[in-house]
Amino acid sequence: MNKVSFENLTRGIIKENPIFVMMLGMCPTLGVTTSAANGLGMGLATLFVLILSNCAISLVKNLIPGTIRIPSYIVIIATFVTVVDMLMAAYLPALHARLGIFIPLIVVNCLILGRAEAFASKNNVKQSFLDAVGMGLGFALALTILGTVREVLGAGSIFGWSFLAEGSDTVLLFIMPPGAFLALAGLILILNAYKAKQGIK
Amino acid sequence: MEYALIFITAVLVNNIVLSQFLGICPFLGVSKKVSTAAGMGGAVIFVITISTLVTSIIYKALLLPNGLAFMNTIVFILVIASLVQMVEIVLKKTSPGLYQALGIFLPLITTNCAVLGVALLCVQRNYTLLQSVCFAFSSSVGFTLAIVLFAGLRERLNLTDIPQSMRGAPIALITASLLSMAFMGFSGIGN
Amino acid sequence: MSKKISLFNLCVTLVIISACSAFLIGSVYKLTEPAISKAKEKKQLEAIASVVGGDFDNDPYAERISVKLKDGTQMELFPARKDGQITSIAVKSSSDKGFGGKIEMMVGIFIDGTINNYEILEQHETPGLGTKISETRFKSQFKGYRPASNDFKLKKDGGDIDAVTAATISSRAAVDALSKAYKGYNRFNLGNKNE
Repeated sequence: MNKVSFENLTRGIIKENPIFVMMLGMCPTLGVTTSAANGLGMGLATLFVLILSNCAISLVKNLIPGTIRIPSYIVIIATFVTVVDMLMAAYLPALHARLGIFIPLIVVNCLILGRAEAFASKNNVKQSFLDAVGMGLGFALALTILGTVREVLGAGSIFGWSFLAEGSDTVLLFIMPPGAFLALAGLILILNAYKAKQGIK
Repeated sequence: MEYALIFITAVLVNNIVLSQFLGICPFLGVSKKVSTAAGMGGAVIFVITISTLVTSIIYKALLLPNGLAFMNTIVFILVIASLVQMVEIVLKKTSPGLYQALGIFLPLITTNCAVLGVALLCVQRNYTLLQSVCFAFSSSVGFTLAIVLFAGLRERLNLTDIPQSMRGAPIALITASLLSMAFMGFSGIGN
Repeated sequence: MSKKISLFNLCVTLVIISACSAFLIGSVYKLTEPAISKAKEKKQLEAIASVVGGDFDNDPYAERISVKLKDGTQMELFPARKDGQITSIAVKSSSDKGFGGKIEMMVGIFIDGTINNYEILEQHETPGLGTKISETRFKSQFKGYRPASNDFKLKKDGGDIDAVTAATISSRAAVDALSKAYKGYNRFNLGNKNE
C-alpha cells in the first residue's frame, strides 16, 4: 500500500477523528451511546452507509452537474440508509428496536454528507473507499468508547456483562441525557490535555 | 388540553435537544452569541412547522394508502431539502426583512436532524395532522429555548478564565450537561 | 465544468438518480419484508409462549380475538388451550405514559384471574433505570397476583405495587398497561360485568 492510501485510511481513526476532533455527527453520538453494544451497532451501521455512499458518489461524480450535486448526494445517501434500515429490521430486530429513530437519521449525519462533499467528489473510488473505512472506523471506535464509559459508570456492566452485585448503586446520571454530554466532555478533555502535554515535551 | 400537554411535554419534559439529542450540531455550532442563536431558533421554528405539515400530509395521503410507508425517510428528506430552498427563494422575494434575519441559517437547516427527526417521530407516534403540527411547533420552540439559554451561558463563559484544555468543546459540553440536568427537573410533569 | 448544463440536463440526471434509488429500495423491501414481518411475529409468539402458564396444545396466535374496552381501546387476546379447555390468556396491552413514550407488553393471565407473567414487547425507557420494569425484581410482584379491582396501582398512588426505585413513571406506565390487560381479560371472561 502506498503512502497516500495509507494516509487516507488512517487519518480518520485518530488524527481527524470525526467525533473527538472534528465534532461531526453529534446526534447519534450522544443519543444512542447508553451502552457499549448500542454504540458499536450504531457505529457499524454508519460505517456501512459511509462506505457505500462514498464509493457510489465517487463513481458517479463526473456525471452529476455541479448545481444539483447536494440533492443528488442526499438521494444516494438516503437510499443506502433505507436499505440498511430494512436489513437491520429483518436480521437484527433487537438492535434495530434499541437504536430506533437514529437509524433513519444517519441520512442527516453531517459526517456522511461532509465526506461525500469534501472527499468522494474529488477522489477516485479506491481512495474514497479507504477514506470511508478510516472515517467510519474512527466514528465507530469513538461511539464504542463513549458507550463503554457510560455503561461502566452508569449501569456497572460492559457489553451487557455485569460486574457488580445485583442491586448495587451506580452513577445513574451517566446513562441519562446529562451524562452523555458529561462523558463526551470528559473524553475530549483528556484528549486535549494529552495533546497539550505532548506539545510541551 | 391534549394540545397543551403536547406543548409542555415537548418544550420542557422531553426537550428535543437536551433529552432527545436531535439538532445537536446547530446547538453546539451556532450558539456563541444570543442574537445568532435566536435567529437560528426562529428559522428552525418556521421550517420545522411547515415541513412537518407537508410531510404529514404526504405520508397520510400518498405513502400510507399506497403501501409505501417504508419509503418515508427518503421522501421526507427530499421534501425538507426542497422546502428549505423554496422558503429561501420566497422569503427573498416577498419579505427582505425576514430574509435578512433568517437567510443565512436556512441552508444549514437541511442537515439539522431535528427537522427530519420531528417528521419521523410524528409518524412513529401515530399523531393526527393537528397533533403533528402542534408537536412540531412545540419541539422547535423547545429547541429555541434551549439554544438561547445555552448561548447566554456561553457568552458569560467567554469572560471567565478557563484552563487551557477545557476551552472550546469540553466546557461547552459540560455547560450543556448542566442545562440538561436542569431540564430533568421538569420530568414527571404531565404523567 | 465544460459541459453545457441545461434545465433539461439537470432534470434528467435527477430523475435517473431517483429512479435507480427507488428501484434499489423497492427490491430490498421485497427481499426483506417477509423476514421483517416474520421477526415481529416470532417475537410475539415467543412472548405468548413464555407468559401463558403451563403447557398448551393449540396455536394461540391463530385463535386470536379482539375485544373493545369501554373507553374504545382495541385489544388482542390470545387464548391458550389444553385439551380444548382455555387454561390461560395472553393479552397484548400498551401504555403511552412511559418516560420515553409507548410501552407495549404481553400479559399472561390464568383463566381464574391470577396473573402469571408478562414480557415487554416494546419500550423506550431509560436503560438501566426504567428498563428495570422488565427485570425479575419488579416482575415477580405480579406472579400469582390477583388484583382486588380492575384498577391496580402503585403504593404511592394508593395501591399495593412497589415501584422500581427512581423510576416511578416507568413503573406507573407498566402498571397502567397491566391493568388495561386485566380489563381486557375481564371483558373476555365476564362479558362486561364490572369493567
